[in-house]
Amino acid sequence: MEFQAVLMAAGGGSRMTDLTYNTPKAMLPVGNKPLMWYPLNLLERVGFEEVIVITTKEVQKMMSADPKIKQDVKMKLEVVCIQEDGDMGTADALRHIQPKIKTDILVVSCDLITDAALHEVVDLFRAHNATLAMLMSKAHEFTETVPGQKGKKKTAEQRDFVGVDESGKRLLFMANEADLEEGLSIRKSILRKHPRVHIKTGLVDAHLYCLKKSVVDFLTDNKSISSIRGELVPYLVRKQFSKTINGQKTKDDVEDQNQKKSDKLHISSRDEPLLQLAQERSCWNDHRGDMSEAYHGGKLRCYVHIMDQGLCYRVNTLAAYIEANRLAPKLFEEPVVHPSAVTSERCQIGSDSIIGASCQVAEKTSIKRSTIGNSTTVKEKVKVTNSIIMHGVTIEEGCNIQGSVICSNAIIGRGADLKYCLVGNGQRIEPEGEAHNIIGNDA
Amino acid sequence: MSLCEMTHQCKAALCMLLMNLTISNTRLQVTNSSCNFPDGPEKTGDIERIKNEGKELTKEEKQRLRKEKKQQKKNKEKKDEKAPLESEKEKKPASSSPASQATAQPPTQKASSGVPAPAPVPVAASEAPSPVDKPAKSKAELKAERRARQEAERASKQSKKGEVGQQAAPSKAKAPPSELQPVVKRLPEHIQVDNPEVLKKLAKKLERQQIPLRSDYGYKVSLFSHLHQYSRKAPLTQQLSIPSSVIHPAIVQLGLQYSQGIVAGSNARSVALLHAFKQIIRDYTTPPNEELSRDLVNKLKPYISFLNQCRPLSASMGNAIKYIKKEISNIPSQCKEEEAKSKLQDCIDCYINEKIILAAKAIAKYAIEKISDGDVILVYGCSSLVNHILCEAFEKNRKFRVIVVDSRPRLEGREALRRLVQRGISCTYVLISAVSYILPEVSKVFLGAHALLANGYVMSRVGTSQIALVAKAFNVPVLVCCETYKFCERVQTDSFVSNELDDPDDLIVTRKGKTHLEHWQDVSSLGLLNLVYDVTPPDFVDLVITDLGMIPCTSVPVVLRVKNVDQ
Repeated sequence: MEFQAVLMAAGGGSRMTDLTYNTPKAMLPVGNKPLMWYPLNLLERVGFEEVIVITTKEVQKMMSADPKIKQDVKMKLEVVCIQEDGDMGTADALRHIQPKIKTDILVVSCDLITDAALHEVVDLFRAHNATLAMLMSKAHEFTETVPGQKGKKKTAEQRDFVGVDESGKRLLFMANEADLEEGLSIRKSILRKHPRVHIKTGLVDAHLYCLKKSVVDFLTDNKSISSIRGELVPYLVRKQFSKTINGQKTKDDVEDQNQKKSDKLHISSRDEPLLQLAQERSCWNDHRGDMSEAYHGGKLRCYVHIMDQGLCYRVNTLAAYIEANRLAPKLFEEPVVHPSAVTSERCQIGSDSIIGASCQVAEKTSIKRSTIGNSTTVKEKVKVTNSIIMHGVTIEEGCNIQGSVICSNAIIGRGADLKYCLVGNGQRIEPEGEAHNIIGNDA
Repeated sequence: MSLCEMTHQCKAALCMLLMNLTISNTRLQVTNSSCNFPDGPEKTGDIERIKNEGKELTKEEKQRLRKEKKQQKKNKEKKDEKAPLESEKEKKPASSSPASQATAQPPTQKASSGVPAPAPVPVAASEAPSPVDKPAKSKAELKAERRARQEAERASKQSKKGEVGQQAAPSKAKAPPSELQPVVKRLPEHIQVDNPEVLKKLAKKLERQQIPLRSDYGYKVSLFSHLHQYSRKAPLTQQLSIPSSVIHPAIVQLGLQYSQGIVAGSNARSVALLHAFKQIIRDYTTPPNEELSRDLVNKLKPYISFLNQCRPLSASMGNAIKYIKKEISNIPSQCKEEEAKSKLQDCIDCYINEKIILAAKAIAKYAIEKISDGDVILVYGCSSLVNHILCEAFEKNRKFRVIVVDSRPRLEGREALRRLVQRGISCTYVLISAVSYILPEVSKVFLGAHALLANGYVMSRVGTSQIALVAKAFNVPVLVCCETYKFCERVQTDSFVSNELDDPDDLIVTRKGKTHLEHWQDVSSLGLLNLVYDVTPPDFVDLVITDLGMIPCTSVPVVLRVKNVDQ
């Protein structure tokens, strides 16, 4: 077996608490499918047959109840539950499942929606015998108005600085703006080996990592690393150019002992001499212009595939959630109206909308660019534009909903007028109520 | 046997004879004899059919036509009433079997003695039409019969000499008479890409082995349209599932490294292949009711197809695979699995040690004798063996300098240059276009080889034959260094029949911000050709240094023969 897939579905959605305080992030409906269905579908399409899903008990319960996951996902899902306290980072989770890991792993986050060709990332991992290979994408501007946003869109979270070499494949350094106090500093050893570095900001990390098995073993020894993205990846990227890994001989046994105790990432494989011989005899070099051999003799290599075309979204903020709802249905050819939904003839349903299962849409309604969840009732003369209506919502007559997100089981009273609002779970909006750009959570 | 089948065989036989006409050029003997034509009208009908098929005359046929015209003129002097028409009909595309039917008839009656292989069949056929009817024979028929007789005699002379080198087209080669040894082997599929049947067979085979078929890319220059041409941007892994279950991950990794050129060079590829095999053997478990010796070999077959799809196998890889397969099938059935696996792994290590590492040492030892102080040595491209020799010679304190010749698009010489300069050897670097400028300075040329063919030709990176040629013109000795495991039983005299086409997009280069060939596919009359290998004739090579010693190029078949006897 070459890879084991690991799906991280225990995240709390800390950046969109309005949506996730009731529904776990992994089960938020996007295009009427639970969010975690998308990465599962990606893995299935690519050919995986088994996935280890790390999640909470709540999500596990919802997963077994959800028809989409039960029927559509043919792979074998091995669910590992962890505590909901939220103290466990992604790397901690990997450490937790270390006994199950027998080969190299492919870690995916549950909030990734993408149509990337995974073989590009995996080919980098295979061809260069890399320790880490990851996927990144050029970030797209979010165009939709987000409920609850006052004034102009504030600048996104702090930027990531990603340094790649000339070919655009080898990852040379990675730092977040938060960690850089004064400025960006690049070690001389990196510049000596790679004189041309391309520094990119504005890239979205897809949180899709191919990691070697030895990294998981290394994590079990190093309990201080708790997040893959925040700590493990920058550590590996830095370690590429560290002297100890590059096989420089240590001076005496004492040092050796100390190193053995601390983090020693074993990267060499069993038949190292043969591989070494093959590399020596091969007339290939990954760089030219200096006197060093391929890869500068380094054993630890990190690669990144930056996709410039195609869809790649991390649904971890409200804006991303809305954008994803807009675009995710385009990934799959699905009928606009679910077969089990009941729609009357006199309603207007735009082609870029989706009506979920068992819906009831009365006449004289107009639904444009919106997503209507399962088991939702929409009464007469309702106008829904640019909105996301989740499951089990009741919308009484004469409502006008624009640019809003209505969470599950909410009831919108008659004649309400909502613009750019977020209605929480199970909330009631009074009839003839007017709301503009507010987020209401309390029931 | 029915008459029809008989005549088909005769046709084929005679077709072969007609082909040999162009090779030999014996004088014709016109004899007077009578013969029966039981089915004369049928024969002329066939001739008409052939005419109407309107096949083009190949060069061979044109030559034959000319010769026959000459014969005709001679015949005319002896026999006046010869209808030239009939002879033209005879001259029609005779290489196609139906055409030879015309001349097949006469020898059926002629039982000329001493005509071996084709004779028994025609003789037998002649007995079949027992009723010895003698219809009125036309002068054309007489002439045809005479020609057939002459061809039969010629064939007898050739077979007496023991010539069996029939160069008939492969399809016809399948129907030679039983007495003649079938010499033309089946052509490998990788040089028959323009034959749709062969492609279909390949597709079926790959489907059976569950390996995706890699599609060719771009317009192929017509002379090389019989070879595969792949694009590096469309790797085979696109069509595989990511946790590859059908193909062992080590092989997928290897295939990727081959197709992207990360592992390049004959020795490197073989070592990497054997390393992957070790991993396969380690991960292998014998299924129940199967024997390791047979099952493991079957397991390796799809992997080898996969690697072939990624990049055509080299001769050294082929020999390594043969060795492994032989070792696996020689495992006794009583042997336990663990024992067998460790034995195989030892075999692999042994092979690498003997054939590659120790061979390199031996070759270096011999080669160093040939390097004297003050030498200026020219090397081409990056050959791991030649680099090794030069580094060893430098260690032994020989004073020499090196000229590295390089060529586009691979520019492998840069890597060779780096390795030599890193050791401290003083080097000069030129492109191949400057080779005749630099050659007056050169005292020796050391070349590496990808394979040594059975007729003494050296198959190496494209450009090697050019270097050898120019060196010969300047009277500079050319020494080829090659390990014996790269000796191949193939015979090749040109670089067209069997070669490898690399990605044509490699030829596209951007200078000063302009990429002129960027849209080469849109220009219908433009083709980009990126050849990988070429073949150097033995006249240009002065010495081959192998681990068995220093031998002339013509001794390669001897080495092969001795190797086969050993095995």
